[in-house]
Amino acid sequence: MPDLFIAFSYKDILFLLQAALVTIGLCAMAFSCGLVVALVIGLFRTARRFPALRWIGGAYVEIFRGTPLLMQIFVAYFGLSILGLNLPPFVAVSIPLILYTGAYMGEIVRAGVEAVPRGQWEAGRSLGMRYRQLMRYVVAPVAVRVMIPPSVGFLVQLVKGTSLAYVVGYVELTRAGYIVSQSTYATMLVFTLVGAIYFGINYPLSLASQRLEVRLRRHA
Amino acid sequence: MTYTFHWEVPLQNLPEFLWGALATLEMSGVACLLGSLVAVSCALARLSKNKYLRRAATAYVEIIRNTPFIVQLFYVYFGLVTFGINLEAFSVAIITLTLNCGAYCTEIIRAGIQSIHRGQTEAGLSLGMTSWQVFRYVILMPTLRVVWPPLASQFIATMLGSSVVSAISAEELTYAGMMLESRTFRTFEIFFFLTIVYFLMARLFSLLFSLTGQKVFREAWGQL
Repeated sequence: MPDLFIAFSYKDILFLLQAALVTIGLCAMAFSCGLVVALVIGLFRTARRFPALRWIGGAYVEIFRGTPLLMQIFVAYFGLSILGLNLPPFVAVSIPLILYTGAYMGEIVRAGVEAVPRGQWEAGRSLGMRYRQLMRYVVAPVAVRVMIPPSVGFLVQLVKGTSLAYVVGYVELTRAGYIVSQSTYATMLVFTLVGAIYFGINYPLSLASQRLEVRLRRHA
Repeated sequence: MTYTFHWEVPLQNLPEFLWGALATLEMSGVACLLGSLVAVSCALARLSKNKYLRRAATAYVEIIRNTPFIVQLFYVYFGLVTFGINLEAFSVAIITLTLNCGAYCTEIIRAGIQSIHRGQTEAGLSLGMTSWQVFRYVILMPTLRVVWPPLASQFIATMLGSSVVSAISAEELTYAGMMLESRTFRTFEIFFFLTIVYFLMARLFSLLFSLTGQKVFREAWGQL
């Protein structure tokens, strides 16, 4: 057996680390753009006076939470090519992840907005604030604080989710691990490394999420 | 857009999808059952007085929760082969799904057990119940009542997540779709159709779980 492992060299480790950067980039892209979608969905979901908007927001969340991320990636990836859009692979893979983030983060936004006591809304209204002012000066300061721990928690889920970009052949950490394992036969070693890199990215996030939550509860 | 859709491709092959859906249900059903058993033992281990048990269970949960399922799948798949164990892909999928589901459920069940006041256990013991009886009637059943809704959504997540096992050619719903795709090349139509099937299955089970929850826990426990 040992001679099989000779092919595995520091170059492969470098390749994996590079791929880890791709994974992180994909995550950053999906999270930042997904946040915009989430804001819209979250505000739709909490629109008291517009049942239609609430319904649209609800349907969006249900669809993205009720189907496998794998299918979302397939459908978006092949759907975009049917539409005749020739997007760079990074963008094509990002789009389903952005929509996915929008649904999960949208729920977090909704929870944040709903965490603001009703009386504060009314106080703002009676001061003559408009919706935008109310959101900016009354709701946001409280909601954002409530949203931070679950958002960091969702990042862990997103990092794991990017591994499914594997299926459309996009070279991120998991695909890179697969390629290296096929060329060096050091399968267990490679996947231990890949797993360790994911763990190294995610574990600090998980810990941070837990700590932030404890801190939030202490202040509440 | 010059693409012509051929929706008749998935529609004419409904039996294959039905077969695939049943395989997915079998696979994720077994995994959820076994995963729950793993979860109850690991939750107890995480709350035990034994330092090593506690650490082992925590390590298991943290490792699984912080790595992607597909990496776990490859790890188990190639790992078993390295140790000379040749299982078919379907069994490997069940093993990995069980490990995965078990870790997430451990956290749910642990939180549930911790939500039960210590005084309850003491009351049970002082009534002369054995520690097994206390565990069963005072801790486990009331815990199940509390954790049923999050547990049910974890089961559904496991069912949806099982689509990933097609990566090792385990035969289930997504795999059935991929096979059809390799014959007909109607990629978009097939995956769109699969998405709808998964969505319907998720909704159906979400409904079933909440009905069972209402029925089982209301009748057995009244208004606790």
